[in-house]
Amino acid sequence: MSLASRIIPCLDTDGARVVKGVNFVGLRDAGDPAELAARYNSEGADELVVLDIAASRDRRPTFLETIRRVAAELAIPLTAGGGIRSLDDARSVIRAGADKITVNTAAVERPELISELSGEFGAQAVVLAIDAKLDSASGAPHWDVRVRGGRESANLDALAWAQRGIELGAGEILLTSMDRDGTQSGFDIALTSTISRAVSVPVIASGGAKNPAHFAEVFSAGAADAALAASIFHDNVQSIRALKQFLASECIEVRLPC
Amino acid sequence: MTAAAPIALIDYGAGNVASVERALQKLGVSTIRVPMPGELDEARAIILPGVGHYAAIIRALDEHNLRAALLDAISRGIPFLGICLGLQALYSNSEEAPDLSGLDLFRGLVRSLPSTVKLPHMGWNRLCVQRRSKLLEGLSESDYFYFAHTFAANGAADEVVATCEHGASFTAVLEHKNIFATQFHPEKSGAAGARLLQNFVSLAA
Repeated sequence: MSLASRIIPCLDTDGARVVKGVNFVGLRDAGDPAELAARYNSEGADELVVLDIAASRDRRPTFLETIRRVAAELAIPLTAGGGIRSLDDARSVIRAGADKITVNTAAVERPELISELSGEFGAQAVVLAIDAKLDSASGAPHWDVRVRGGRESANLDALAWAQRGIELGAGEILLTSMDRDGTQSGFDIALTSTISRAVSVPVIASGGAKNPAHFAEVFSAGAADAALAASIFHDNVQSIRALKQFLASECIEVRLPC
Repeated sequence: MTAAAPIALIDYGAGNVASVERALQKLGVSTIRVPMPGELDEARAIILPGVGHYAAIIRALDEHNLRAALLDAISRGIPFLGICLGLQALYSNSEEAPDLSGLDLFRGLVRSLPSTVKLPHMGWNRLCVQRRSKLLEGLSESDYFYFAHTFAANGAADEVVATCEHGASFTAVLEHKNIFATQFHPEKSGAAGARLLQNFVSLAA
């Protein structure tokens, strides 16, 4: 008996609609968030993440309404994020129906935000999202933390930042490889394994998934606790049900939908 | 009480009250959020959902004068379901807030799971059924439930009907007379969780 490896579809939204693009550019419409949420819930997704990638102040009410509509479709946990900069932002997202919140750039700028959120909602509700990019200039493998949708360096080492975030109260790490995101060339196994084996909380691997073998690899060699993907699920390229059946056949423990 | 009477959800500001409410609405059950002690008298059943820090749930019960009313309702035989922190609150105390007193309906200290495993214990896990229970009717050891916690109660006690394991064995489901509780979140546990909530609702009919 042990924890099942989790499959987590991610809905990147512009507030109202699901959008997709490579490395955060060239966005196009990929559907209605509530409709996709309902489909993933019934296909056996273990959790759902919904992100507001625009995260502009004036579109906030629209995103909160999206969270409400998505939450109403789910019998599984919901994580929401994008633009959460304060306890008040987080409260409105939780009140709209999210079980967990994810923070990224705002936590880099003001790390105490993590403690504030963890103090109010508990560590199990605080997911620290880290966008990591290989820094090939250094000798030993080292990943640099990127912020503002990957455009800027935070001048932080990804592992050191993960550990600091956990000390401050993060209960989970959502680790995205900026080198792999959107490439469909597989998860970054070296990155995921390095972080996941070193930290005391669950790690969700993200970026680069295309086929079931990529997921099997990130759970075994990558030591990921969960794996997240977006476009391969939205486009019906990969059904969650078939993915889980494949993983079960590879002796990876998953919760098979009935 | 008639079956039409609502099920009272104790609303102390925890994040999962709305989720429990939605899950029950999908089963066709009417609910009422209870922030005040008097309203517990009307309920045909009481649910204490909880998520976050142990201190928050215990302080809220005391600040809203709910402790006595809740204990009174339970002693009158009203079916009670505790979820996550709502299970932990039934014990004497917790390591998470050692200065506070729990409801003390069951003896024992709620402790942290061992740091030899990743914490929080987050995700879908299965149960090890210890004995027959009403709450788990129609469910089995092949069903997965969603857990999100770091602290847990000792799984060896008499009231325990199912345990789970994450670094150590701990209480996943307890059942004693009209008192029921789960460490996992049935409201987030898909079809298996809905079945468990349906079982509880049937008990409260």
